[in-house]
Amino acid sequence: MDLTPIINGLYGIPVVGLVFQLAGYLVSVIPQNGPNIMQQATPLALGAICGVLCERSGVVNIAIEGTMLAAAFTAWVVGVAIQPMFGTPNPSDIFGITLPLLIALAAAVLVAMAISALHAWLSISLRADQIISGTIINIAAAGLTGYLNQLISQNSPAGAGEFARFVPPAALTNLPVIGWVLALLLNQGPISISVIVLVVGTQVWLFRSRWGLRTRAVGEHPRAAETVGIDVIRTRYRNVILGGVFAGLAGAFLSIEATNSFQQNMTAGRGFIALAAMIMGRWTPIGSFGAALLFATFLQIGTLINIAPPSGQLGSIMAGVPPQLFDALPYILTIVILAGVVGRSTPPAADGQPYEREAAT
Amino acid sequence: MSAPPSPAPAQARSRRSLGARAWAVLAVPALVVILSLLLGAVVILGSELIVTGRKFDPWLWFTAYAALVQGAYGSTDAVIQTLVYSTPLVFGGLAVAFGFKAGLFNIGAQGQFLVGALGAVIVGVALADAPAPIAIVAATIAGIVAGGIWGFVPGFLKAVSGAHEVVSTIMLNYVAVQLLAALVSGPLKVPKSPSPVTYDVGNAAFPIVIGATGHIGIILAIVAAGFVWWLLFRTTWGFEIRSVGANPDAARYAGMRPKLLIVATMTFSGALAGLAGTSVLLGVSHSMTSSFGTTVGFDSIAVALLARSNPLGVLPAAVLFGSMRAGAGLMQINAGIPVELVDVLQATILLFLVASPVLRRLLRLRNVEAGITTAAPSPGLGAGTAP
Repeated sequence: MDLTPIINGLYGIPVVGLVFQLAGYLVSVIPQNGPNIMQQATPLALGAICGVLCERSGVVNIAIEGTMLAAAFTAWVVGVAIQPMFGTPNPSDIFGITLPLLIALAAAVLVAMAISALHAWLSISLRADQIISGTIINIAAAGLTGYLNQLISQNSPAGAGEFARFVPPAALTNLPVIGWVLALLLNQGPISISVIVLVVGTQVWLFRSRWGLRTRAVGEHPRAAETVGIDVIRTRYRNVILGGVFAGLAGAFLSIEATNSFQQNMTAGRGFIALAAMIMGRWTPIGSFGAALLFATFLQIGTLINIAPPSGQLGSIMAGVPPQLFDALPYILTIVILAGVVGRSTPPAADGQPYEREAAT
Repeated sequence: MSAPPSPAPAQARSRRSLGARAWAVLAVPALVVILSLLLGAVVILGSELIVTGRKFDPWLWFTAYAALVQGAYGSTDAVIQTLVYSTPLVFGGLAVAFGFKAGLFNIGAQGQFLVGALGAVIVGVALADAPAPIAIVAATIAGIVAGGIWGFVPGFLKAVSGAHEVVSTIMLNYVAVQLLAALVSGPLKVPKSPSPVTYDVGNAAFPIVIGATGHIGIILAIVAAGFVWWLLFRTTWGFEIRSVGANPDAARYAGMRPKLLIVATMTFSGALAGLAGTSVLLGVSHSMTSSFGTTVGFDSIAVALLARSNPLGVLPAAVLFGSMRAGAGLMQINAGIPVELVDVLQATILLFLVASPVLRRLLRLRNVEAGITTAAPSPGLGAGTAP
């Protein structure tokens, strides 16, 4: 059946036709760019899982941005520093994994866990304002990585190396419809490819395990949780530090998987967009992942329009729009979602409230 | 030194000597700054190990700090330049501090700064040939209004839907950067100029009143600090703002309208940050490139926290960070330490401040007034938590 006349008819409707043209354009470009969209979604989804783990236990973690940035820097700098010690290692066939890269990844995760532990100490033990504690960690991470990056650039270092992408067999990616979903998920590096496993894993863990139940209890009603013998303080510490692992993976992804470099403030607000994805996904890992894909599409849209500009009436309008508008889109979308246009969502009841044990009398 | 065992607070305050009271207020900020400088010295020594091919100099930290001080206070011109650097920090610090008083964390000073400067340059260029007083006043008002609008949006969203101001203001920072780039490389660009830059603001530039570079914004900043203090502590509106910050529920029962106050506070805070941008644009740069950007936004947060949200405390705190920014250039030349060291010092100051309960315990200081860092629990980040 030839749909061309119908499509042309729809495109021809004044004003409304533009919407159809936009939809048609997106449907034609998005499938080919699936893997790139997933690349954008990876740090967002991982950051959002970090947020879910923290907030489900009642700690607001706005320091995801800074944690990610510090992890990205650590992965890169450790990779750069230890690369010479190993000579030129032969990357293995799968993912181009080398020992230095694995060590860099581990270092990034450890640093992220340490920063999360700091946030946990400030907000759980010292009962500092969690938003301020998080913001200060963000400022500190930006300042320290910026300074060290300046210093290290004086040595004009070589890159740290990067993970390679897995190329799924063409037989899979050529399947109709499901093919591009498979390409989106599988044509990825090791961190990105593991996102789907981590998403499902944390979802099951949070809603089907004892620890998950305890986490949610602590986040909803810490006093009640304590009375049934759950250690509120320890649960929160564990969750925040575990969340750090995900933020660390997100950071390492940016500097040793998506690129082979570190740039000052390379996270560019992704930690905050991840928080918006978490809210839009109603504090569930799977929901957050879906929201992350949506945000990722918006992050990618400027590039898409650059590479394959839409044609016809839509194309002439797009050409007149300053490119900066597309760069601003994800941030605007974040605000819109925060403002609850997509529906109001309820955070865990004790989210952001420091817990003080009742004095034993 | 330490306060008496458990007195009625009011009596204790009047009985204690001025010195003891000054100690109680200044001990923590002073200790924090000293600790940070010490840690900074360690960082300097450590960074010598990172850069290859340089001889290790155990006194490099001294060279660096000496250059920092010399750069900021080495001559009359340097002192005036330090004041020029401090001016936007005063406005920005006041903006953040004012928000804190109402329990709002305006982390969007950076975006409001940029949009304020944008407003000032648009009107300033348009009135470049108009009589100076009219041009200056109009451009300044434009900057204030533009910053106010950029502050109003997150305030309005918070009041209506409960969208947390921290995330929405940060997002607006990024939007502001793109807006600025779009305008400066688009409609505001000087035609045929090789790089994106706007016209000069001409007559709308702030007059120089002190030395070679000291523009009138310096005086305006001091006046603003006094004005904000008066507004907060001597007017009904200020009382309501502080009440909402201390306890929104109690304020509502007392007949105040927290939502209206949130919108008003964010707008006023944005206007102050917009004034910071205006003062840099009309006082220093006089035109705008697409890379017009500063560290004022983050510095302002540091200033407000160090000043413990006191409008008058903002003045010395702003001068402290202004001196660092002003002296950093000479430090980079004399000691080879990147100017970004200031960011590290600022970061450590902030980290020590947020951990100040530990310092207080070490100093055996009573919590004279609860700082913002140990404030009331902050609500979750989601929508649906409207106050």
